[in-house]
Amino acid sequence: MATELDLGSLGFDRGAHLLVKRALAASGQVHVRGTHPELLPHLRAWARSQGHALDGHTVTRGRADRWTGATRAGTAAPDGVVAHPEASWGFAARGALVEAGTAPQPFALHARDEVWTDDAARLYAQAAAAQWDPASIPWEDPGLDPEVEAAVVQVFTYLIENETAALLVPARFLGQLHPHFREVAQVLAIQVADEARHIEVFTRRAALRSPLLGSSTASGQASLGTLLAEPDFALAGFLLAVLGEGSFLSLLRFLAEHGDPLTRTITRLAAQDEARHVAFGLSHLQAHLRADPALRARLVAAVEGRHDALRDTAGLNADVFDSLVVLAAGSFAPGALARGWDAVARLVAEMDHGRRVRLETLGFGDDEAARLSALHTRNFM
Amino acid sequence: MGILLGAVAYDPKVVTIWDGFARFFAEAGLEFDYVLYTTYERQVAAHLRGDINVAWNSPLAWLQAKAAAAAAGREAHAIVMRDTDCDLTSVIAVRADSPIHTLEDLAGKRVGVGAADSPQATMIPLELLAGIGVKVEAVRHDVLLGKHGDHIGGERDAAKALMRGEVDAACMIDGNHLLFGKEGTLPAGSTRLIAVTEPYDHCNFTVLDAPTAAHRRFAELLLAMSYNDPALRPLLDLEGLKAWVPGRTHGYAPLERACRRFGLPPLGV
Repeated sequence: MATELDLGSLGFDRGAHLLVKRALAASGQVHVRGTHPELLPHLRAWARSQGHALDGHTVTRGRADRWTGATRAGTAAPDGVVAHPEASWGFAARGALVEAGTAPQPFALHARDEVWTDDAARLYAQAAAAQWDPASIPWEDPGLDPEVEAAVVQVFTYLIENETAALLVPARFLGQLHPHFREVAQVLAIQVADEARHIEVFTRRAALRSPLLGSSTASGQASLGTLLAEPDFALAGFLLAVLGEGSFLSLLRFLAEHGDPLTRTITRLAAQDEARHVAFGLSHLQAHLRADPALRARLVAAVEGRHDALRDTAGLNADVFDSLVVLAAGSFAPGALARGWDAVARLVAEMDHGRRVRLETLGFGDDEAARLSALHTRNFM
Repeated sequence: MGILLGAVAYDPKVVTIWDGFARFFAEAGLEFDYVLYTTYERQVAAHLRGDINVAWNSPLAWLQAKAAAAAAGREAHAIVMRDTDCDLTSVIAVRADSPIHTLEDLAGKRVGVGAADSPQATMIPLELLAGIGVKVEAVRHDVLLGKHGDHIGGERDAAKALMRGEVDAACMIDGNHLLFGKEGTLPAGSTRLIAVTEPYDHCNFTVLDAPTAAHRRFAELLLAMSYNDPALRPLLDLEGLKAWVPGRTHGYAPLERACRRFGLPPLGV
């Protein structure tokens, strides 16, 4: 028995198929009426294209069903993440119904235990709420002595180089991450956006007086190159976020304490972002270590391997170290330089302390944490 | 001997389609390959020569093959076709504000049609007009002659000419009238249909002489294809069908009448 469907004046040129589809889904056979002048030729064309039979004005649902064998890609909620999402789920939203036969997408990072942390959604939400606008910063030359300004320019030149590496590393993994892990992708994406903003404000600060910036050394770049070369998500996150950005956090706080007013403003804002990056790195490594305790040995090997790779390089750009002293001193007066020197020495100790604390958070013992912290690159990042 | 199929390359997707089906036939143990032709006329001639043993024919090519076979004392068979090849209609559309309301009003007017050899957008609609004695000036939109209107471009050009006011009416398949509305070529409400042709059939797989065991196996495999099979669905979507159905020939009567009036295009070499 066919269901009666009156389309009124609605034609297939303006959405009548929606009503017919709905009626067919409910009953399988529908007698269609309506006053649109093109109703019958359009009904005939539509039914034919859908594989439905048409007898007069009566449509009988065909057997073609695109959704036979379709699979549900988890659920949209955070606990809807599965351990091993199908490659064929590809770009589909988590929770979507995915057509069978969809070509697999080669996302290399597809194991939950290697990328996931339950904190990802919270960290992303925090990051989204904490975005700041570089245009809102008062971009006025703080009027430093030219020699001190030159030191500031050198420090920011170094920061830009390091932030470029911190942008590229998550960006590279973002393209390899299965989109099923939406919250992790969002964290990495906003991390990339954070670094883009840091590069912008650090460049503006460095180029306040001249477009010619400070120096970049071979050893500094070699150190950053080892970060970009690390193909393993966990190891790269460990070296970059836990050790590198963790150390950088101390450096940014140092600049927020000792720099000119403009430097203080932008490094304070950048430090807020970097703290989140470190928190995400720690959180997903903790989750990964719980699932795979053997990861700990690989983390150790990664630090040792990087140390060996950089053994023959010079470490931190001497100009950067000296510039930090001058920046903290605020002048070339001997007494001021001595105070600047002491401040930088405290910074280096603080970086080491921070690394050890974070290593202990990951379950390393005191001695192991001290040893690994000492092996960390002399380039800080 | 297996199947050597002829098809006309009206679009690059034809290679995707037949490469895909070739894999399916190979898995089913049927020896299968295909040859592409630039025109249906060359394909029909090649079929008659025995270069291929199945032809994926347009309705006009079917009539050409049937006539050429009969002239040689042979018989053509339509073994399988698409569900979407059955019971098409063509429409003649005018602009919504046109003073033309009947086919008779088109006398002496400019009527936009598709390619000269398009059954659906030219031959069958013009036969409808000629059959009731209405003489019009047919304005052809020849996109890829020899491909029998397989390329939608001719119908779209006719529809655009209608909207630009260059012709008084345009001819197209019912489904394309719907499609052109959706894509904005003929916005909803901008046209009015003054005629719908009687239903007719479109393409078929043509075999000459009595079907062989390979032909029967080929037909059997086609008819067993399911749209619900995810491996086949993309190919069926590309070819524009939900299911293959057994061939039938009564749906070619409207085109046969048009061919009697306008003549069959000669075959190629």
